[in-house]
Amino acid sequence: MIGPVLKVTDLRKAYGAIQAVGGVSFEVMPGEIFGVIGPNGSGKTTMFNSVLGQITPDAGKIELNGHDITHKSPQQLNQLGVGRTFQTLQVFGKMTVRDNLLVAAQEHQGSMWSRLFAPGDSGLGDRADALIDQFRIRHVAHKKAGELSYGQQKLVDIAMAFMSEPDLVLLDEPCAGVNPSLVGGISSLLKQLNQTRASGKKASSFVVIEHNMDFVMDLCHRILVMVEGQVLAVGTPDEIRGNKAVLDAYLGN
Amino acid sequence: MTDFLQLVFSGFATGSIYALAALGFTLLWQASGTINFAQGEFVMLPAFVMLAFGAAGLPLPLAFIASCGVAVLVLGWAFKRGIADPLLKHGLMPIVVATIGLAIAARNGIRAGYSAEAHPFPGLFADQLFNVFGVTVTLADVGTLVLALLLVLGTQAFLNKTVTGRAMQAVAQNTESATVLGINVPRMIFYTFAINALLACAAALLVTPTYLAKFDMGEGLGNKAFFAAIIGGFNNSRGALLGGIIVGVCENLAAAYISPAYKDAVALVIFMAVILFKPQGLLGKKVERKV
Amino acid sequence: MKRLPLISGLAIAAILLAAPPFLKNYGIYLFSYWMVFVIATMGLNLTVGYAGQKSLGHAAFFGIGAYSVAILMQAGHSFWLGLALAVIACFVIGLALGFPALRVQTIYLAFATLGFNTAIWLVMRNEEWLTGGTFGINNIGRPSLFGLSLDGNLAYYYFVLGMTVVMGLLQWKLLSSPWGKAFTALRDNPIRAESLGIHIQGYTLLSFAIGAAYAGVAGALFASLVQFIEPAPFAVHASIMMYLMVVVGGPGYFFGPLLGSAVGVLLPEWLRFAQAWYLFVFGAAVILLMLWLPDGLLSIPARLAAKRQAREASAARAAAAAKLGN
Repeated sequence: MIGPVLKVTDLRKAYGAIQAVGGVSFEVMPGEIFGVIGPNGSGKTTMFNSVLGQITPDAGKIELNGHDITHKSPQQLNQLGVGRTFQTLQVFGKMTVRDNLLVAAQEHQGSMWSRLFAPGDSGLGDRADALIDQFRIRHVAHKKAGELSYGQQKLVDIAMAFMSEPDLVLLDEPCAGVNPSLVGGISSLLKQLNQTRASGKKASSFVVIEHNMDFVMDLCHRILVMVEGQVLAVGTPDEIRGNKAVLDAYLGN
Repeated sequence: MTDFLQLVFSGFATGSIYALAALGFTLLWQASGTINFAQGEFVMLPAFVMLAFGAAGLPLPLAFIASCGVAVLVLGWAFKRGIADPLLKHGLMPIVVATIGLAIAARNGIRAGYSAEAHPFPGLFADQLFNVFGVTVTLADVGTLVLALLLVLGTQAFLNKTVTGRAMQAVAQNTESATVLGINVPRMIFYTFAINALLACAAALLVTPTYLAKFDMGEGLGNKAFFAAIIGGFNNSRGALLGGIIVGVCENLAAAYISPAYKDAVALVIFMAVILFKPQGLLGKKVERKV
Repeated sequence: MKRLPLISGLAIAAILLAAPPFLKNYGIYLFSYWMVFVIATMGLNLTVGYAGQKSLGHAAFFGIGAYSVAILMQAGHSFWLGLALAVIACFVIGLALGFPALRVQTIYLAFATLGFNTAIWLVMRNEEWLTGGTFGINNIGRPSLFGLSLDGNLAYYYFVLGMTVVMGLLQWKLLSSPWGKAFTALRDNPIRAESLGIHIQGYTLLSFAIGAAYAGVAGALFASLVQFIEPAPFAVHASIMMYLMVVVGGPGYFFGPLLGSAVGVLLPEWLRFAQAWYLFVFGAAVILLMLWLPDGLLSIPARLAAKRQAREASAARAAAAAKLGN
């Protein structure tokens, strides 16, 4: 019996009088690409940041592979196998693209002390190069990340989340501000990354917040719809597309 | 007991002067993110300017007004346009180092160009003593305290009650929104620099009679202003007054009851305690880190 | 153009190695003083330039290092024991100073380190039984290395130069290791760094501790250089000067401390022709330097490259526009 990778139970977070997240529960199974959609202000990002340890929830439980991670810090979560991208670009502008990728996973190699004596790339050079090729940013790999175009930086941002080969990756609006021609590329990259894993490791799961409906419907196995801090519906893309309540609240008539 | 009260009272007076320097310092930080390591020199320079005007024949009140004008022009406008504006977009480090350079230049410019000695400065108040509830206080202490308080409270009233003042506060809290609201942000920031210059000029008028005008009078004063601003609360202008008074009073008490050598240590200890336990200051608001 | 760094590097190395025997005592002393500050600012560059922290209390560690050597040598122990104590004491105290850094941000941290410096300086000034108070400690001897006496000014200079090279190599090694990238990540984007598993708190503390240890080494060498220690050189104004040296040289550039210390130590000497005005000129020079090069002297190549790129892009646009016009 394989349990869920991520289990969120009755998550709550209020900001003053505003209940940003008012009792959200869901499960993400191993290997699943799980979409989260909803109008602005529906609490998606607050829910995300609570799962990722950036915000402390008022109530509720978050479990990763059965372990309680409700109050863990972002750094601890990463060590436990959770990766994330940010809504606003967060690359290390002054480092080269390749260094960005190396630093994204180096803390998983050995201990603090052993890293002092490790080679500069911590043995991750091959993995970084493989991701660079997969994301097709070989031609800019030696440049400082801050000098790239927005779309290229977005790709670096996403690649960084995958360097440490996490079991669970949370992507916060990976298509935001990206040229429509690149959206398809990101979608196929994510599908590739979802399916290919080093042998012996179980499949990785993604949770994706996005506003781009075509992207979400095409990519995700299941979708959660949030409205005003609550779960409105959970289901496959077809089920969501046909759900009357969702259509009324969000997708428009 | 009367000694104690005397020390406290004169501490209030000195502290209110620190509050003037601390207030300007805090306002500069809030409105523009400028850390002015030359704040002490901003008090020292008007002192010498007033002396120069005095030597040219102007009576003290006129010399003060003339110095205020010079201060607003040089320490307000020129400082903003010449140093703050170009450097602020590069982060905190360049402006810190530039104001350090400014402090060195100001100190040594006066030393080389005017004099390395301490000069007497005309006092505002006559040498009179009062006896209040058995405590002896000087007219100077009372006058200083009253004037400084008037200035600090007046500045706060200006910030809170006038349209311009509220616009300045808006700029301090959220520059982008202020622009969108149609507020002339650069001008509001200039007003902040101008107010800082004026407060420093006033501080010079009040403190120099006691400390004497010397090229290095700004060093200690600058330090006290920093401590006062932080202790009171760096993101709250009322904090400057509280911080200044605390520093002034504690200094006096420490010098008398502990030892003159550790006089500076008391303000320091309070400062360290505040930094560790309530870094936003006694009256400051907690600053959240945004993702 | 690409060979300029190599040529200037060789020129500086040549000056450092070959010039001192031709200098008078004061010149040799100045070079030694310069090297001591290079080591101290290398440490500060790590904390401030590479790890992005704020530290305006570095001179306190400089002083702790100096007094460690002075006190131990006065008690009859060897310089080397003093040096060891300097490094360990500064590392441990530096770790302790890092703790406020975990709780307070930027500008408050700067003030906390200022306060720390003042506190240490007050102890140095007032605890006569330990430090000699304002009278200080004098007659500090110089070490001997493998039986070779380093008493002579020239010999001691080469020793200090050697130590500078050693400390530089150690820092190079540190920065090339994964720790180097972790520090830079901490500086450029601590939130992202945290989400990548980088232990923000640990690296913050380490950046303070290692930086402090470097200042401790510098202080130890300083003690035997000037052979008389008193609290004045370790007060806040010295910390501010060191900070100035790091920023002027270029924070986060490996050779920033070399240039920055030259500006801080040697420039005032060259300005002596201005006599009474030399410090005024120095202060003004610092302001102008910051206005022209806010990222420090070593940002010149990057700025020139950016200007060249902008020119080339303009030219390309003009050429493309001309083609369209036809």
